[in-house]
Amino acid sequence: MPLFAGVDVGSSATKAVLVDEHLRVLGRGTGDSGADFAGAAESAFEQALGQAGVTRDIIGYVVSTGYGRGNVAFANAQRTEIHCHAKGAFHLFPRAITVVDIGGQDNKIIQVDRRGRRLDFAMNRKCAAGTGSFLEEIAHRLRIPLQDLSGMASRSTDVTVSIGSYCTVFAQTEILAKIRAGIKREDLARAAMVSVARRVLETLAVSNEVVATGGVVAHNPPMKEILSEILGVVVHVPPHAQHVGALGAAITAAGK
Amino acid sequence: MSEPIPRARPIAAARLMKRVMADHFLRLDEAARDPSRKVAWCNSVGPGELLHGFGFEVYYPENHSAILGATRKATEYIPYANARGYSPEICSYLTADIGAFMKGFTPLKKAYGIEAVPRPDVLVYNTNQCRDVQDWFRWYGRHFGVPCIGVHTHRNIDEVTDTHVASISGQFQELARDLAGIAGHSLDMDRFRDVVRLSARCSQLWEQVLRTAMARPSPLTFFDGTIHMGPAVVLRGTKVAVDYYETLLQELRSRVSDGVAAVEGERFRLYWEGMPIWGKLRSLSEQFLGLRSCVLASTYCNSWIFNQLDPDDPFDSMARAYTELFIVRSDPVKEQYISRMCADFQVDGIIYHDARTCPNNSNNRYGMPGRLADRLGIPYLTIDGDLNDLRLYSEEQARTSIEAFIEQLDQD
Repeated sequence: MPLFAGVDVGSSATKAVLVDEHLRVLGRGTGDSGADFAGAAESAFEQALGQAGVTRDIIGYVVSTGYGRGNVAFANAQRTEIHCHAKGAFHLFPRAITVVDIGGQDNKIIQVDRRGRRLDFAMNRKCAAGTGSFLEEIAHRLRIPLQDLSGMASRSTDVTVSIGSYCTVFAQTEILAKIRAGIKREDLARAAMVSVARRVLETLAVSNEVVATGGVVAHNPPMKEILSEILGVVVHVPPHAQHVGALGAAITAAGK
Repeated sequence: MSEPIPRARPIAAARLMKRVMADHFLRLDEAARDPSRKVAWCNSVGPGELLHGFGFEVYYPENHSAILGATRKATEYIPYANARGYSPEICSYLTADIGAFMKGFTPLKKAYGIEAVPRPDVLVYNTNQCRDVQDWFRWYGRHFGVPCIGVHTHRNIDEVTDTHVASISGQFQELARDLAGIAGHSLDMDRFRDVVRLSARCSQLWEQVLRTAMARPSPLTFFDGTIHMGPAVVLRGTKVAVDYYETLLQELRSRVSDGVAAVEGERFRLYWEGMPIWGKLRSLSEQFLGLRSCVLASTYCNSWIFNQLDPDDPFDSMARAYTELFIVRSDPVKEQYISRMCADFQVDGIIYHDARTCPNNSNNRYGMPGRLADRLGIPYLTIDGDLNDLRLYSEEQARTSIEAFIEQLDQD
């Protein structure tokens, strides 16, 4: 039986997922999108094939998504990341949900009804606020590797510290002032995540359970609790949260 | 996605329109160099009829700035006005136009061989659209040392009352007294009535042109409308505009009777609320074509429909026509208007363009999209952008949002 693939070429990372006709995940791949979207797609796809122990001739249909969806030469069709994240999240949580995808360059809030139909969606305004890029910039300003931001935020002891500015550049200036005032980096790291969650809050009204997807929640465990606190709802972060868009693309490829 | 993208069907009358617009600019250029003729600058929904009544050649800076936008020159010149203290947050028609002027640039040179915009003898504004037109014109008034006079319209109006009409009509009559001094003669009422008659006819024809889009499939798109409205903006009150719209209307009516679609395989019918994104008309038009979705109605193109104009009562009817405009009205009136348009044109979705530098024509900012979605059950999408300043537009994000919106309509 053929397998189906989804390839999500995001602004920061490229993800691939292979599923069978029963939508069981057989392989995943991940890589940096970098400056070569086509190469990144190829490499994530190869990884997924390797993990599944299959060759590409068994793949029946490929759907690409994400910023670089037009660069995937081997894709049979393209769908937006909004469609794919909704599809993937609903597959994992088949009920009325709000999908909150926080990616490298944008975030998407998507309302899905109990039958999996999209009711509404919104993306962040044209700015890096509320995205992975914001956290990258803040980590840089705090002089810590991005992968350490999460651990540092979880050691925060003062949850009243906040970053008020929308703008990434202004937020950095604000952080400089707070560093001068002696505020700990741990508290600033958490405050940056709270800022991301607040941008989500103002994008679209959230009234039911949230399924959070994307690299930011996948790599920053404190985001789950912060999102839940800010949005005032139950927040689920599925395993492989970064691959939910690619999963949705694979499900679309399977025609389900 | 593997399906070939359909091609746009060009409107044959466009060739005639190009000639009509070229003649307009060349005549203005000649007039500006002829001491015996007078040039007046006017805003696009300003009292052009009165100026034609006096025999002025009438030039419209908004049209010029839209050309700067459409030729993707606006963003290059906006910073020069910003540097002179005109904020990047205010009207980018103003900043692009003044910035280009400061640098001695006009797109009229490449298009028609015209060196500079026509020197004005007077600038006449109407604040019915916004205060920015007044600030814009005053800059030129100071630069050229010529009078800048105008009409101050009431805003956020529910019902247009006799009090509003009397106030604006009075201001028009006062304007006429000032203009007589500049023109060097009094207003010829017969000529004025004739101009109002021609303007009313142009307006009726333009409305009929736009209403051909009620047909399924629609014979024209909003993007066509933004181009073909040129004569209604800059030549209303002249026979040339009337003749042009008679030709265009005939062509569109034949399209309707032959079932010719502007968007082949039209699947969805969309309403555009807000300003065009001038520098992206083509790419947006092609994207919708590829999605087989027709943006076919808008508030924007309707702004040059003036149903109240009456040659027998020129001052009062102009006052009523220029006050009845959508942009002057309160949100409840605007919502009623959009609801009626959506019903008439059988609209499947509404796209709001939040133009960063045009708050007066960005109607999404006070909760209207949500209210209308509840009332009409029609989904909506908001795009962040701008009329002229492409620094404020994220094309990738807008394209993805539009595609996702059509996917959403598709699941129903």
